[in-house]
Amino acid sequence: MLKRPLFQLILVQLKEFCREPGILYWGIGFPVLMAWGLGIAFTNKGSLVRNIAVIENRIIIENNVLRNFLANSESYITNDEKIYKKTIVDKKLGKINYKIIFTSKEKAFILLKRGTVLVILEEKDGKVKYYFDPMSNDAQLVYLQLSREINNNKNFDYIIPLIETGTRYIDFLIPGLISMGVMMSIMWGISYSLIEKRSKKLLRRLIATPMKKTSFLFSHFAARFILCCTEAACLFFFAYFYFDIKIEGSLIALFIIFLSGVIAFTGIAIFASSRTSKTEIGNGLVNVVVMPMMVLSGVFFSYHNFPEAVIPFIQKLPLTMLADGIRSIFIEGAVLKDVIMEVFYLLGTGILFFLAGFKIYKWY
Amino acid sequence: MKTEKSINEFINPQDLDIRVINIKKFFKDIKAVDGVSLEIRKGEFIALVGPNGAGKTTLVEMIEGLQSPDSGEVYIKGKLWKGNEDTLRRILGISLQETYFFDKITVLETLNLFASFYGLGEDRIKYILELVNLDMKSKVYVNNLSGGQKQKLALGIALLNNAEILLLDEPTTGLDPSSRREIWNILKRLKEQRNISMILTTHYMEEAEFLCERIIIMDKGKILAEGQLNKLLSDYSNESNKMNLNDLFLSMTGRHLDE
Ligand SMILES: Nc1ncnc2c1ncn2[C@@H]1O[C@H](COP(=O)(O)OP(=O)(O)O)[C@@H](O)[C@H]1O
Ligand SMILES: [Mg+2]
Repeated sequence: MLKRPLFQLILVQLKEFCREPGILYWGIGFPVLMAWGLGIAFTNKGSLVRNIAVIENRIIIENNVLRNFLANSESYITNDEKIYKKTIVDKKLGKINYKIIFTSKEKAFILLKRGTVLVILEEKDGKVKYYFDPMSNDAQLVYLQLSREINNNKNFDYIIPLIETGTRYIDFLIPGLISMGVMMSIMWGISYSLIEKRSKKLLRRLIATPMKKTSFLFSHFAARFILCCTEAACLFFFAYFYFDIKIEGSLIALFIIFLSGVIAFTGIAIFASSRTSKTEIGNGLVNVVVMPMMVLSGVFFSYHNFPEAVIPFIQKLPLTMLADGIRSIFIEGAVLKDVIMEVFYLLGTGILFFLAGFKIYKWY
Repeated sequence: MKTEKSINEFINPQDLDIRVINIKKFFKDIKAVDGVSLEIRKGEFIALVGPNGAGKTTLVEMIEGLQSPDSGEVYIKGKLWKGNEDTLRRILGISLQETYFFDKITVLETLNLFASFYGLGEDRIKYILELVNLDMKSKVYVNNLSGGQKQKLALGIALLNNAEILLLDEPTTGLDPSSRREIWNILKRLKEQRNISMILTTHYMEEAEFLCERIIIMDKGKILAEGQLNKLLSDYSNESNKMNLNDLFLSMTGRHLDE
């Protein structure tokens, strides 16, 4: 075992990761923090605070629907603005804490433009009007809940809340974060490490021994696979215990698509690092690969928000393939045959880029 | 048929450890190596001396099979690089000019890795650690070693596979005199114990004089002079003016070696 070059090469790399304190943060801490932060913000786990503004109408004081609504709420005054705090708990839309700012019309709209408040309320002749951006889901939710409370609109039977596991934002997010973690870890890890070894002439020194070039490159894949599994497991178990996330589909399918994802990105990383010995050029290349996929591939939100015309293209990106595949296994209960297309596509991408990279690889 | 060099009339080319025939390597308009031929017999220690940019590294790396010549041929023990890579890699011991190893990997782990490429075990590693006086540092990360210790590690790695031919590119450049002396002593002992051949590049005259019987002086990609040290010096000296290697270089090129 100890005399095996491949074993030694993998061992050296694993030791290098473990001795680099940054790896713990970027590889494990950061994705978990991101899942925690985004998960809290978009599920009813923590307490949500939503700001809204009320346009003060000094002339009509009687018959004030809004003041009745806020009658028993805690309030305080700052800079001439009266601010109320009210919490509405409702079985269907969850618990939301409101901060309600009474202010002038101009100020209210400024606050809306700045994104400080989501909805503006104005009362006229006993009727409450709502100003908000109809494209904002958050604002719609606020409108729905407030209109029900204020206007006493009890007709809510048509709303059926979907808050079971599998339909929440966090269920969408975790598979995306796992896939993004694979891409980041491999693209930065392998490309950077190979380019650095080339620029320090370590590649040349290694090649001056009977070491097999394929063993050397394979060791990068193997070491990264171990690291990616560890990173993904940490993220998964955090989400499992904290958000109660579940894997509905086949674990074997999950393993296979994960492995294919690692192969795909290893191939791309080796290709990206095949020529240059300048780390700045390497950084640029990695960014060119990583950035578009981070934005387009539906890690944080569905790519179906993009125009119809680009969606077929987005679906061909390796990160989209990986994220969609993992997501369907997590939340739709997919098995191997459901993701086989993605698996082949990822394997093909990896092998193609690897062969091209290996062919033009500059060892010295 | 007359061969180019008279030496070939007495020595079977198969007995030469290294035989370089008229190799050239140009980088755009820089003639890094411009038609060099040389022969190294078994057991010979050769110093390749010349100022920075003379083409020493390029020449040595072509012999090592790490760069390919534009033209000309390199034979190691009678074999061309093409088709014999694996065999030749095993009989050469190499230390490159300025190599960095893995930063956060210890001396012992680095040796383990390199030993695995040759299928060598713990005994050999232990022997090497003692040979280059790094046994006390075996658990230290490579990036915490001093310059001299790093060079000793590089030398240790070059000696790992018990090579018959050593190619050392500036193994002592930038070191303090005592570290330099330590490396010289290791090499000197090696020379006495085993019948190995070596090419060593340097721009330190004392180093060439201390370790090597034959000197090749290079400048601007060409060999200016070569021969036994004493012979070279006496050829170029006259009664009134006893020369050393530095003076010799100065008289040939009008420049100092370590410029
Ligand atoms: N890869 C390269 N690309 C361009 N020029 C090079 C390269 N390698 C070496 N040279 C040039 O070739 C000449 C010889 O360099 P080198 O062999 O490193 O000399 P030495 O080792 O004697 O200092 C120098 O002028 C150097 O700048
Ligand atoms: Mg040099």
